[in-house]
Amino acid sequence: MNANQGSKRIVIEPVTRVEGHGKVTIQLDEQHRVTQARLHIVEFRGFERFIQGRPFWEVPVLVQRLCGICPVSHHLAAAKAVDRLVGADELTPTATKLRLLMHHGQFLQSHALHFFHLCSPDLLFGFDSDVAQRNVIGVAGRYPELAKQGVLLRKFGQEIIQATAGKKIHGTGAIPGGVNKNLSPAERDLFLGQMDQILGWSRSALGLAREYTLDNLERLAPFGSFDSNHLSIVRSDGAYGIYDGLLRARDAAGKLIFDQVDNQEYDRYIAEEVRSWSYMKFPFIRSIGPELGWYRVGPLARVNNCDFFDTPEAERERQGFMELTQGKPNNLTMAYHWARMIEMLHSAEKIQELLHDSDLQGEDLVVEGERREEAVGIIEAPRGTLFHHYRINENDQITMANLIVSTTSNNEAMNQAVRKVAEDTLDGVPEVTEGMLNGIEVAIRAYDPCLSCATHALGQMPLRVELVDMDGNVVDSLQKG
Amino acid sequence: MSGGLLLLCYGNPGRRDDGLGAAFAEAVEKSPPEGVTVEVNYQLMIEDAARIAEHDAVVFVDAAVVGPEPFDFRVIEGSASRSFSTHSILPEEVLGLARELFGSQGKGYVLAIRGYVFEDFGEALSKRAKENLSAALDFFAQFAERVVDSTQRAERVRW
Repeated sequence: MNANQGSKRIVIEPVTRVEGHGKVTIQLDEQHRVTQARLHIVEFRGFERFIQGRPFWEVPVLVQRLCGICPVSHHLAAAKAVDRLVGADELTPTATKLRLLMHHGQFLQSHALHFFHLCSPDLLFGFDSDVAQRNVIGVAGRYPELAKQGVLLRKFGQEIIQATAGKKIHGTGAIPGGVNKNLSPAERDLFLGQMDQILGWSRSALGLAREYTLDNLERLAPFGSFDSNHLSIVRSDGAYGIYDGLLRARDAAGKLIFDQVDNQEYDRYIAEEVRSWSYMKFPFIRSIGPELGWYRVGPLARVNNCDFFDTPEAERERQGFMELTQGKPNNLTMAYHWARMIEMLHSAEKIQELLHDSDLQGEDLVVEGERREEAVGIIEAPRGTLFHHYRINENDQITMANLIVSTTSNNEAMNQAVRKVAEDTLDGVPEVTEGMLNGIEVAIRAYDPCLSCATHALGQMPLRVELVDMDGNVVDSLQKG
Repeated sequence: MSGGLLLLCYGNPGRRDDGLGAAFAEAVEKSPPEGVTVEVNYQLMIEDAARIAEHDAVVFVDAAVVGPEPFDFRVIEGSASRSFSTHSILPEEVLGLARELFGSQGKGYVLAIRGYVFEDFGEALSKRAKENLSAALDFFAQFAERVVDSTQRAERVRW
């Protein structure tokens, strides 16, 4: 007898690429109540095996091939691990600040892309509005200045990356023990001349996200929301940090689960579970266990976790954000957008601060030390905490690589968000409605998942939604696009 | 406005035939036709819209998972985004942004070169993909000459 007899599955499958597509299945019982929701992300795990045997110094460049959206994150996480392999425990001020500038450029462009290209149509038109209008072209038609700001913010971030990494994508700026170039005065002046505009646009975007959340709080509070643990790095003084810091995890009520954990010891606190139905691993906090120890990462977790921002405007905004939940962690899925825009403003502030620092024109770029055979590099990528762990042999070849990417950490959280939306939109009929599809997309978007974009060939298909029973019969379907 | 033809080639050269776009760019750059600007990237980005608006025409060059052999070449129109993630943007969407935000009037084309091997890590194109690449390059040489000629003629008429 089939254990699932009498139940149905709703399948939502955006077949977007050769790989890297997502599919949602929603399991229903006989009364058409949701019993399970799963977001299947086809993440190609072969990369960790692929780099085995390669010389370790190649890794910061090689790993960028994982993603064309956040290559800087992989570049820097790998570079931090490789720094330790060459014994470079403390980089020069020039190298550290150049890398930090590169990283903030990455945050600015990545958050701008997400907010203006994907999120703003939902916010400006409402996520039940006509899909023909609810897209970036619709925003460009109705709010052309806003749409243009999004493109130009992203362009600015990409130019910062190009100046610090050598190329807009797949740069070579970070090398073992430091960086291979500094920032010239001409490059600095070019960027400084644009800072007022960049800061102004970042403030406007943040204002839009904040006001939208507060004005629609009654509807947004339950939307795809649930209590969870939150994980990120924070600086040793508790400040928000994205490049260097120690691991901190809080529970949904704000109680610390662990704090100030050395990056090299991450695997004493975080474990990974493999599940038969997914290529992705499911990380969890060891002390709590796999069932309840999953956690969220990314903008929401970072703003919830840190004690303060070290820039005045972002700190003022953080305080406003935390007031909403009386200082406790904010567990609203849709609050990701607000948190993301606080981070974007902070990155703009930090870029301005760094551009005024003469260390960026320093000549002392690389340090050396005593070689090691194992190292961990952890940074905050735009989508959340990113772990790179390597072991090498006496010939300097990689013998083990373990990567935990942000979307892997948010895997269970996205399942929870999908489940919540499905529960709230199913109305006793096993039917994939436009409203359910919209809601699920909006909830997944909030996490800005990385869909393992290892290949990007043409041949895409539109979003297709299917309702099938357990025998595989399609009983309902909906196609988008 | 710099005018001319923009060649936007993209794909992941580390994933076998997904590198067809980059290989195409490399071949064209060895001897670029007059009036042709070559850009190569891992994937399309929204800011490409600003670059497109500086040119009279754009050709998006990518590998194709399915479709005609050795390549498909077609005119495209701007359209709205259908993506739900930041990890995917189509040529039609970038062209749509160029039109809507930057007033681009230029023509848009897609050159989709058929590939076969996408799942392996490695930088070598498959034998059949190389043959398709060669055919696409021959076609483009003639196309670029025609387009740039017609653009220059139009310039002379305007003068």
